[in-house]
Amino acid sequence: MKAMKMAVCIKQVPASESKIRPAADGKDIDRRGLSFVVNPYDEFGLEEALKIKEQQGGGTVTVITLGPDKAQEALRTCLAVGADEAVHIKDEAFESGDAYATARVLAEALKGGGYDLIFFGKQAIDDDSGAVGIEVAEMMGLPHVAVINKLEVDSEKGRAVAHRQIEGALEVFEVSLPAVFTCQKELNTPRYASLPGIMKARKKPLNPLSLADLGLSPEQVGKNGALTQLQEIRTPPSRESGHLIEGDPAEAARELARLFREEIKVL
Amino acid sequence: MDFLFTEEQTMLREMVSKFVDKEVKPHAQQIDKNHDVALLQSIFKKGASLGLMGIPFPEAYGGSGLGETGYCILLEELSRGCASTSVTVGAHIGLAGFSILLGGNEAQKKKYLSALASGEKLGAYALTEPGAGSDAANIQLSAKEDGDSYRLNGTKLWITNGDIADIVIVYAVTDAKLKARGGITAFIVETDSPGFSANRIEDKMGLRGSATAELVFQDLRVPKENVLGEVGKGFVIAMETLDESRLSLAAACIGAAKELLGMSVDFAKKRVAFGQPIAGFQAIQFMLADMSAEIFQMESIVYRAAWMYDQGEKIPKEGAICKMFCSEALDRIADKAVQIHGGNGFMGEHPVERFYRDARINRIFEGTNEIQRVVIAEDVLKKGG
Repeated sequence: MKAMKMAVCIKQVPASESKIRPAADGKDIDRRGLSFVVNPYDEFGLEEALKIKEQQGGGTVTVITLGPDKAQEALRTCLAVGADEAVHIKDEAFESGDAYATARVLAEALKGGGYDLIFFGKQAIDDDSGAVGIEVAEMMGLPHVAVINKLEVDSEKGRAVAHRQIEGALEVFEVSLPAVFTCQKELNTPRYASLPGIMKARKKPLNPLSLADLGLSPEQVGKNGALTQLQEIRTPPSRESGHLIEGDPAEAARELARLFREEIKVL
Repeated sequence: MDFLFTEEQTMLREMVSKFVDKEVKPHAQQIDKNHDVALLQSIFKKGASLGLMGIPFPEAYGGSGLGETGYCILLEELSRGCASTSVTVGAHIGLAGFSILLGGNEAQKKKYLSALASGEKLGAYALTEPGAGSDAANIQLSAKEDGDSYRLNGTKLWITNGDIADIVIVYAVTDAKLKARGGITAFIVETDSPGFSANRIEDKMGLRGSATAELVFQDLRVPKENVLGEVGKGFVIAMETLDESRLSLAAACIGAAKELLGMSVDFAKKRVAFGQPIAGFQAIQFMLADMSAEIFQMESIVYRAAWMYDQGEKIPKEGAICKMFCSEALDRIADKAVQIHGGNGFMGEHPVERFYRDARINRIFEGTNEIQRVVIAEDVLKKGG
């Protein structure tokens, strides 16, 4: 049986219970005091890769992230859960990129790796764009199935069958490998890191990759390589409290009509 | 000065926290209401398979070498979810495991500590007797030399894990004249030995899901190789073990306190009285402020003392201070939490009621707080403050 080489692309995101506030410049969130975790949808990708490795009795699982130094915590967590190797793509030039610019860098990093299976979460819970995985597949010219909830891999034949839930039906795709999958929560139940895993993770290296290592130019990445520019981050306006019109029905209806005409000015 | 947890300690906390939220907390009410020891044991097994039971022990014995600090993190997190689970793990690691770590010889550590660290065997620690609690030097359970073994006769009381443990560290009198000055010896007893029996004690104010038992020893034979360390060293091992485990007990108080504050904040924001959430009233705000201030103090002293212990310092006074302060702070916090919850906090369906009951024992077991004050005062008088 051919040992599968698998990559899981992950992102470090604020924990889901975080209270998010815009930063002072309105271009980012205020990261102070937030706790960060591995994007929960990415954990399904990691679990699927680890399961395939166990079922097939071999293979390697590499976790890859593009992010600041702090993102190393997320890589270490994945190593503690059971990933074999970690790649940290980091360069100042990557700042202010969008999904497209990020996908470009990841596609470049994945290209030479010889991966049979590449996993992403279906989306990151911070910006919810859900685009990076599919864009990477397109850039690499690989088949992809998004938002999968079941996967069967035939490593001998180099094929995989992936299921995805759509409105009122189940879609089943067969793809040739290598292929890209983005993962939905029904796919599996992610395992916990174990203590031996945490201790081993400390000793595993985090392989760094920079812009130069990838052979990309500063024009292709970050703000320059982005197709969209973030204009502003602001908190949604708080909902004003409702207005209760009291009195008997006829009177209340007259008051409502008056409000529509004079205050809300819709009539 | 550096007050940061290491990367491993942070990862450990994240991992245990996740485990507690998913595997412990959802079952805590059932464990308490139904005295469901079996459910608790299944959680213990799951935790053991992740390596939780070996956290403080050296890697040579199947542990992770994360020390007292790692162990305090474990108990703090477990206590956010379920005090019965936390105390079961505490007796297993902090009392049984540490007795062997501190007092055992190499062969004993290899054989028994490794089995405890993996969770393959469950441990208990038996010091207290019907006539000897705070007055631990007054234990009566006797161990008489008989060829290549000792014969144990007597009774131990209120032993956590007593009737579900595979291994019990039993403190017994080998020389009635010497008692605490060299007449007490610790034994590693396997509970499948003939002459061992245990009776579960069900009716408790709190920790209702943990197994508490009376242990009876009738001519139970222990081979000499199971004398923990040396004959006559038992009292020293018992006390050194308690120095450590008192600190982890204090850490457990932090977790319960944090959970109580979290529940109180949520409740105060939702509960409306006099036309506004009660969180808007200063009477409630001041209680929340006091709870928060005490939690900050608890965290500060416990992790400082844990750090000292991991540096190899002895911490009899510091452990006693942490145990005394944190158990009393937790009771004040639990009382305020019930007050904030009002009638809801008095009802059995709300976890606050369980935390209130579970908190009380912390001022009593592992040395009453009166004994802790004696320990602290002796140290202060000896060293002049």
